Amino acid sequence: MEFKDKHSIYIQIADRVCEKILLGTFKEEDKIPSTREMAIELEVNPNTVIRTYEYLEQKEIIYNRRGIGYFIAANAKQKVMETLQNPFLENTLPEIFKTILLLEIDFKDVTARFEHYKAGFQNETNKNVDAPGHE
Amino acid sequence: MITLNNVSFAYSKKKEVFSNLNLTLQPGSIYGLLGKNGAGKTTLLKMMCGLATPSSGSCTTLGEKAARKNPSLMRELFFLPEEFYMPDMRIKKFVSLNAPFYPEFDLNQFHRYLDEFEINPDSRLRSLSYGEKKKVMIGFGIATNTKLLLFDEPTNGLDIPSKRQFRRIMASIANEDKCIIISTHQVRDLETLIDHLVILHNNHILLNENVGVITQKLCFKTVQTVGNDQGIIYSESSLKGHNILLKNAEQEDSQLDMELLFNGVQQCPEKINHLFNLN
Repeated sequence: MEFKDKHSIYIQIADRVCEKILLGTFKEEDKIPSTREMAIELEVNPNTVIRTYEYLEQKEIIYNRRGIGYFIAANAKQKVMETLQNPFLENTLPEIFKTILLLEIDFKDVTARFEHYKAGFQNETNKNVDAPGHE
Repeated sequence: MITLNNVSFAYSKKKEVFSNLNLTLQPGSIYGLLGKNGAGKTTLLKMMCGLATPSSGSCTTLGEKAARKNPSLMRELFFLPEEFYMPDMRIKKFVSLNAPFYPEFDLNQFHRYLDEFEINPDSRLRSLSYGEKKKVMIGFGIATNTKLLLFDEPTNGLDIPSKRQFRRIMASIANEDKCIIISTHQVRDLETLIDHLVILHNNHILLNENVGVITQKLCFKTVQTVGNDQGIIYSESSLKGHNILLKNAEQEDSQLDMELLFNGVQQCPEKINHLFNLN
């Protein structure tokens, strides 16, 4: 895994878990990889993953069943969305607006492209989510 | 786990490597030992395992004086030097001669590592390249399952895929009972593994701190222009702009950039010292 600039590694791993929750790869009550498994997969210090899981537990996105492991909490997806929506609207979106204005891109074109992307994206995620459950 | 108490060391009267050095290392961490060439990284590792004897002061490892080289201590530690001698024999013979010194040695585990590193267990040691020999030694060292692992530049000579394998193996064995100390110049290879840094500078320990504490006190950023911000400790230009190291007054979360920190420590040792309240 390539770690991007900015956030500390334990937060980047938390973001990764959150993305999997949003995508539906991790569903409510799913058991997630142990700290050791995650550390090996990502080639990081196990202490870092322990820190990530403690952080996610504190945010009530995952919970610990003693001796069994960590599980995705009920309403985890809702919580992740609530946590991430504001920073996106406040920080990321203005950056995109700025670029649109600077490059004088027609907003109609943006809307059309967004609809096109959305159709493809929904198709893709539905495939991923449905795949294990259906014959 | 390891305590150096007022340790001084010199290879000759003219060149003193350490004077009155104090350092304590605990189990449960992967320590990164950083320092310029000649800063004393290897000497420090050698003192910890009894290969170098302090001229004054003491180095206590796992409760014993390292310099006495008691067998009860030697079987609980493995030191992988940067340059090592390998006799002309097959891997099997090497293992049968060396493994008995380590009560917790696990042969199956060793073979798993050889397999992962794509080394034929029937090889003759002399027929292997430097990198391959190193992989044998890394695999053997980890399979000894000692409480203390001392690795001097372990990723030197390893090819690109092996560096990943090395990180995966280290992630699989690090636990709260083990103390792993890795000296390195290849910080990029090990940045995600190391969770505690010890930086040597001018015969002193300039920084000895957990990565979490470092990122609480310092913030690592890349910016377009460097202002006259009082908080900036050190900056260097890069393709993306300027990489800056600043006091973390706003409690911002950032990823520790070991190379930037190392350069900052070398350039502005006083500021770092002040921030971490050393000495």
